[in-house]
Amino acid sequence: MHKIIEKKELAKDITRMVFEAPLIARKAEAGQFVVLIIDEKGERIPLTIADFDREKGTITLIFQKVGYTTRKLGMLNAGDLISDLLGPLGHPTEAKKIGTVVTIGGGAGIAEVYPVARVFKKCGNRVIGIIGSRSKDLLILENEMRGVCDELFITTDDGSSGRKGFVIDVLKELFTVIEKSAHTEFPALVYCIGPVPMMKAVADFTRDFGVKTIANLNPVMVDATGMCGSCRCTVGGKTVFGCVDGPEFDAHQVDFVELGKRTKLFCNQEKTINEKLTE
Amino acid sequence: MRAKIPQRAASERIKNFLEVALGFSKEQAEKEAARCLQCKNPPCVKGCPVGIDIPGFIKLIKEGKRREALEKIKEKNNLAAVCGRVCPQEDQCEVACILNKKGIPINIGALERYAADYELEHRTPQAAARARKSTKVAVVGSGPAGLTCAADLAKMGYSVTLFESLHIPGGVLVYGIPEFRLPKQIVSNEVQYIKSLGVEVKTNSLIGVTLTIEDLFKDGYKAVFVATGAGLPGFLGIPGESLNRVYSANEFLTRVNLMKAYKFPEYATPINIGKDVAVIGGGNVALDCARVSLRLGSKVTLVYRRSEKEMPGRFEEIEHAKEEGVIFKFLTQPVKILGDEKGFVKGLGCIKMELGEPDDSGRRRPVPVKDSNFFFDVDTVIVAVGQSPNPLLPKATANLKTGKKGTIEVDENFMTSIPGVFAGGDIITGADTVISAMGAGKKAATSIQNYLGDVST
Repeated sequence: MHKIIEKKELAKDITRMVFEAPLIARKAEAGQFVVLIIDEKGERIPLTIADFDREKGTITLIFQKVGYTTRKLGMLNAGDLISDLLGPLGHPTEAKKIGTVVTIGGGAGIAEVYPVARVFKKCGNRVIGIIGSRSKDLLILENEMRGVCDELFITTDDGSSGRKGFVIDVLKELFTVIEKSAHTEFPALVYCIGPVPMMKAVADFTRDFGVKTIANLNPVMVDATGMCGSCRCTVGGKTVFGCVDGPEFDAHQVDFVELGKRTKLFCNQEKTINEKLTE
Repeated sequence: MRAKIPQRAASERIKNFLEVALGFSKEQAEKEAARCLQCKNPPCVKGCPVGIDIPGFIKLIKEGKRREALEKIKEKNNLAAVCGRVCPQEDQCEVACILNKKGIPINIGALERYAADYELEHRTPQAAARARKSTKVAVVGSGPAGLTCAADLAKMGYSVTLFESLHIPGGVLVYGIPEFRLPKQIVSNEVQYIKSLGVEVKTNSLIGVTLTIEDLFKDGYKAVFVATGAGLPGFLGIPGESLNRVYSANEFLTRVNLMKAYKFPEYATPINIGKDVAVIGGGNVALDCARVSLRLGSKVTLVYRRSEKEMPGRFEEIEHAKEEGVIFKFLTQPVKILGDEKGFVKGLGCIKMELGEPDDSGRRRPVPVKDSNFFFDVDTVIVAVGQSPNPLLPKATANLKTGKKGTIEVDENFMTSIPGVFAGGDIITGADTVISAMGAGKKAATSIQNYLGDVST
């Protein structure tokens, strides 16, 4: 059993929770995730570790209340217990000093890109952040991102905060400026995490420039220990498991079309169980 | 006459996940037990990987001493109710039975189950409290090998912690074998019994990740037994395997058995299965997948590249699958899975095979028949072509020697290349039976006792 220590609503439908999980906190690094089960009848869902405190023995998860389990989790409060947490899973972000790093987060992916931006900053890189959401009331962690980025760009689909448009628009502009300038160089790395179409757009764009790009993938998982293959993705023509081989992959090699289709496998079942929660 | 175990009718059982075999009544069991010749030098015991005193427990059943019969089994086997159900007795104790020469071996499996179920019917199994040594031993993985080793070490008096990566202990007994062959309540009872021996069970502990082997030694464990099983799913490597509704047997069974997707949406884990399922493979896992699919309401075709004779699955399970209506396509090799524009399975492309010369396994090798390609319509494909050792812990443990197929290498005492670290079960052999894993767990426990004796002096 793991206790919820703290709960905070960050934006419409986006919640931050701090959990008691000393063993996971002891080992957690940026880029890793946990598997969470709410109760005996619950499913296993992967969630990125947004933050951790080794001394207090806690981990922080930020999630968007879209699916059955995240909605149900959002109904719990500080002091409540969940039955299971497993982790830290997946390879940590390989962070070292490489120059300029552009970190891109879309939607709830902002929560996941934040610890990555922070660890790149900590290694002495110049970090540019681009975060985007549908509208202002869905935008999260603006201040936190500002704290770890040398420059931060914000986009919203409706223009209610930052500039109107998508994260990819900002990236394109940055690259155009760099192309025209004699003094600045392309970033050493572009790192993106968010909805599949967004990651695909980023990868398709940077490929032509030969700029190394990493995508943090979010396929459907069950055990998340390499046992079931539910999270298999095609990267560079080879089958890999998101859980144990990832979650980070060379974005230029990822078959995003396949990933997009695979994430829709349980759409109908999700509808059924979501109705159960609404009843 | 050999007594057969009573079973639910096929027409009834495909509608639910209730156990297929029903178990002997007192009369049936005592009558079957009376047939035992009580051999002076019993060959059946030699056929048992854990060396149960088979004539001994059968005699007690004959005398109406069911509880004593179970105690006799438990001297060697901590998982009697499991073994009575899933052991391939026909290849082990029963094949060795003297009466098998006449084709009527004692139904040892059903008798073991009869003795073991005494506890289910009468009380939760509890072992007497015993003195604990302060020496700590860690067992990694709570499948058959881990459970057996942990129980034996606890009986020897060690302080044992059993680490399991999933949220429920039991390993393949809970994620792999379906409810209708092995009710999960039975596994849970066996785990309860092992806890009552003093074993501490820690779930959600992925060793190599949550804690490393090094951490375990730092935390004061003096020896470690690694029994992490054959958890890596095999795929065919044919086009279309990433389409939606293509599942590995592991994923399919884990969703349905461990996560109880057959009770969705009461249980939150979904399974998306169509009306026409193809299961690829010929082993017990393939048969399990086929029979689970039937119970989820689908038509099922099992596609196997050799003929029925070469199927590695148990005869009993093949018969069950036939009775229940699984269609068999033998001598058929899938070559391609076809999908629709949304990325869902819509068909299976195959080629016909014929049997050639025997291969390494002694079975005749299937070879493709020229120009025999054909397609058939399916909307779900389950790939059950074997599992390999789970690479996670070996990868995370420096200096742990592994073999060609990812198995952990051990010496004759089940010790790995790291002193104090032992391994057994599918992680050293590749996918094998429950009972051979238990045999390894048992022998490893004795080796660990010897090793700790050496270490402490």
